[in-house]
Amino acid sequence: MDFIRKFGAIILDYVSGMGLMAIFIAKTIVFALTPPIKVLNFLKQVRFVGAQSIFLIALIGSFTGGVLALQGYYNLNRLGSVAFLGPLVALSIIKELGPVLAALMVTARAGSAITAEIGIMRITNQIDALEMMGLNPFRYLVVPVLFAAIISMPLLTSIFDFMGILGGYLVGVKMLGVEAGTYLGEISNHLEMVDLLEGIYKSLSFGVIIAWVSCYKGYYTGTSGYGAEGVSKATTQSVVLSSVMILIWDYFMTALLFHGAS
Amino acid sequence: MIKVENLHKALSGKQVLKGVNLTVNKDEILVLIGMSGYGKSVLLKHIARLFKPDKGRVLIDGIDIGPLNSRELTKVRSRLSFLFQGGALFESMTVFENVAFPLKEKLGLKKDEIKERVLRELDQVGLSGAEDKYPSQISGGMQKRAALARVLVWQPEIILFDEPTTGLDPIIGHAILQLIAELHRKRKFTGIIVTHELHRVFKIAHKAAMLHEGVIRAVGAPDEILNSVDPVVQQFISGDTEGPISYR
Repeated sequence: MDFIRKFGAIILDYVSGMGLMAIFIAKTIVFALTPPIKVLNFLKQVRFVGAQSIFLIALIGSFTGGVLALQGYYNLNRLGSVAFLGPLVALSIIKELGPVLAALMVTARAGSAITAEIGIMRITNQIDALEMMGLNPFRYLVVPVLFAAIISMPLLTSIFDFMGILGGYLVGVKMLGVEAGTYLGEISNHLEMVDLLEGIYKSLSFGVIIAWVSCYKGYYTGTSGYGAEGVSKATTQSVVLSSVMILIWDYFMTALLFHGAS
Repeated sequence: MIKVENLHKALSGKQVLKGVNLTVNKDEILVLIGMSGYGKSVLLKHIARLFKPDKGRVLIDGIDIGPLNSRELTKVRSRLSFLFQGGALFESMTVFENVAFPLKEKLGLKKDEIKERVLRELDQVGLSGAEDKYPSQISGGMQKRAALARVLVWQPEIILFDEPTTGLDPIIGHAILQLIAELHRKRKFTGIIVTHELHRVFKIAHKAAMLHEGVIRAVGAPDEILNSVDPVVQQFISGDTEGPISYR
């Protein structure tokens, strides 16, 4: 009997948590669509989420492209299709690895920090202080992150894609001896606008997921524990939940976009 | 001006408030005392509508603030201010920016006027010269005074003080209480002070109340509370470990 009660409590907890998350994003969208927009806070978040992630994204992108070229070269060589190394690297990165890995990197670097910052503001009453001044915490803390993530993610993903193709070029062409004209020419032969758009749509939606989860977990820090422990738990939950949601949503986006394109 | 009626609240399965009734009249300062963890801050947060009651209501000038929508609540809160226990200063802003924040964001004042009012308020709380420092660069006492300046700068009609002197040395603590008393004389506001510093705070208060086991155990003029024959009140005031209040 006790087991059933505990199980029921866990289910209720999950359902109410999901409801709270849904209300959170609905409120965020309402405040995002109605003025005033806090421009300074938005620019600060663009700098933090976007500009300060560029080096990391470029580094991960170039090595991802490099390893894809390395693996792809030896496997394609067995089939006698080395000419397709360029499209293999470019399509894998643009359609899939670019948006997903860039989103996971931003989750780890910026999403965790946003959760921790908002969480600390929650436990030290700074969010309550905003409310007591008659100011809306969503406008100051959440909406700027949402806009910054929506703008930054496609740009970061584009940087990831470019560096990935460049990394693949350096490994495939400069190290392994594939013809430069073949590598680049086959990319332009096989790459279509719809592939680029697939990556952009994915990165936009991942931006929404990162902003949503990281702000939500920070805003409700007190519900997962108190003090420093609560902030650390919220930060961990934020990174795990964002990553899981990105990967699951990626599957559905791929299925949806692939179906739409065919 | 502030009326609390039959307020009930449970937190994490524990019944913290069990029917609190309290009235604070206009321009009156009430001191709220009671054991730690018995719901004094929770009561204060209900008056600020940071918490919603499970049962009962809080009235400010006759308006029940429980069912208010966000626009109506903003209107009520424009007359109300809260000094949080830890100060709740924004850590990414300097002392000046913290105090200027409500003037800029809430009242939309011009730069010159903001500067004048902020510097005047910082001078009032003895923080002239610290305006460019960040909260992490100043002491706990200075943080409390900066938070007090931020609370006072837009001249609210009601101020809720959650342990304004806790964690401060006796001199700074006394200075803050004197400052509150002086500002009350000059500007007049309705205040509730949650504190454990009974004797000093009682000197500046018009009324005192003791919250015990979820209800108001005693309420009256500070002298009446100090001379109360209620053994619970007496034990709390004298600080005796023996008596009806169990601290274990």
